[in-house]
Amino acid sequence: MSDTDRELRVSKIRNGTVIDHLAAGQALNVLALLGIDGSGGEGVSIGMNVPSDKLAKKDIVKVEDRELSQSEVDVLSVIAPEATINIIREYDVVDKKRIDRPDAVAGVLSCPNRNCITNAEEPVATRFAVLSDGLRCDYCGEIVREDEVAEHLDVT
Amino acid sequence: MRQDHLISATQLSRADIEAVLDRAAEIDADPGAWEGRRRGEILGLCFFEPSTRTRMSFDTAMKRLGGQTIDMGSVESSSVKKGETLADTMRVVEGYADALVLRHPLEGSAKMATEFVDVPLVNAGDGAGQHPTQTLLDLYTMRENAGLDDVTVGIMGDLKYGRTVHSLASALTNFDIRQHFVSPESLQLPRSVRYDLHESGAQVREHTELGEVLPDLDVLYVTRIQRERFPDENEYLKVAGEYQIDTDDLEAAKDSLTVMHPLPRVDEIAPEVDETTHAKYFEQAHNGVPVRMALLDMLLENAQTDTTGGDE
Repeated sequence: MSDTDRELRVSKIRNGTVIDHLAAGQALNVLALLGIDGSGGEGVSIGMNVPSDKLAKKDIVKVEDRELSQSEVDVLSVIAPEATINIIREYDVVDKKRIDRPDAVAGVLSCPNRNCITNAEEPVATRFAVLSDGLRCDYCGEIVREDEVAEHLDVT
Repeated sequence: MRQDHLISATQLSRADIEAVLDRAAEIDADPGAWEGRRRGEILGLCFFEPSTRTRMSFDTAMKRLGGQTIDMGSVESSSVKKGETLADTMRVVEGYADALVLRHPLEGSAKMATEFVDVPLVNAGDGAGQHPTQTLLDLYTMRENAGLDDVTVGIMGDLKYGRTVHSLASALTNFDIRQHFVSPESLQLPRSVRYDLHESGAQVREHTELGEVLPDLDVLYVTRIQRERFPDENEYLKVAGEYQIDTDDLEAAKDSLTVMHPLPRVDEIAPEVDETTHAKYFEQAHNGVPVRMALLDMLLENAQTDTTGGDE
């Protein structure tokens, strides 16, 4: 950690979650996916295109006073399989969450098929099965490739 | 067959399919013996899109089993016009019937509907998605005429939006069948169907010209290319003309070739083909009755023996 301290562009947090090693350009998508927009009053720091040994350039997100649950972490795997997630308490890392690919993700993406029943005024949330390289709508069967997932985040 | 609902051909195993086809064959052999099977039971027909063959053959099938049908009528005359959701409509209609048949213009509608009802529900077409009962009658016709093993099948026309094609292609992967898909490039199979075919390890070949494959085919399944799929009329006319067949074209085919079509046809198959031994599309349409009788009988039977009464 000492070498990153030298170039630290985002301040340390006391309590909360650090989502690191995101591919450059994914920070805002990650926040959208987690439904974090600052309206809850939490402190959010974002680093974009930060130099990184592992990824050349990476994004990093720090969310104060919020610890991500394992299911939230799993949802991240859909757009950020390489991310690392550290839970911070009193400036120390108390838990490193591993990203597991979930079998399904519900409610966080809209189906790109405009003719899918989930895009009509019906009382259903979207649900996608997770494939090896993408997602598949449980209702209409539409397939969303991994590189297309970010554009279908259901952000309100 | 151990299913509560029939939503997609992808949910059917070879054993499921054969069970329905075998029962349909029994019904075909002695229709009178099945007359009282579903006496006192009611089938609800919910068609949110126009239909002739599917609606009438479900109606006939239930009545030939001794049951009755109720029909919600056209969308214009129903509460849907007042803005009711599909979910609410299905929840209400469930209380009136022992099983439901749903046709709807949106993909995934039948799947969603199963989340709101406990009675057996049959997908009679969901947008460009699936049409599994058409597939069962297609397979029945195919089995009667060409068999279902070691057979070469060509599927031609609108493969992108044709729900009968999507259901059929996936069901055929249960059998030893070589599938050839013939279409203009703009109407090739959608990604989701392609994915399923790939996953199943099916042998699939794509062509833009029927001539490339016609001599090898045991079955040619023709579908309609719809005018509204093309932005401009000339483009449509140019493309559609290449996917029509007449008796001259069929000279290159095997004598035993079975020609099928889910109907309605417009001009994909010249009327002169009707008089040849190849033409099986009217027989195919008639098979809708015994096949739907078999399916309804089995789903209602499952519902009766299902003591848990809940969703799968």
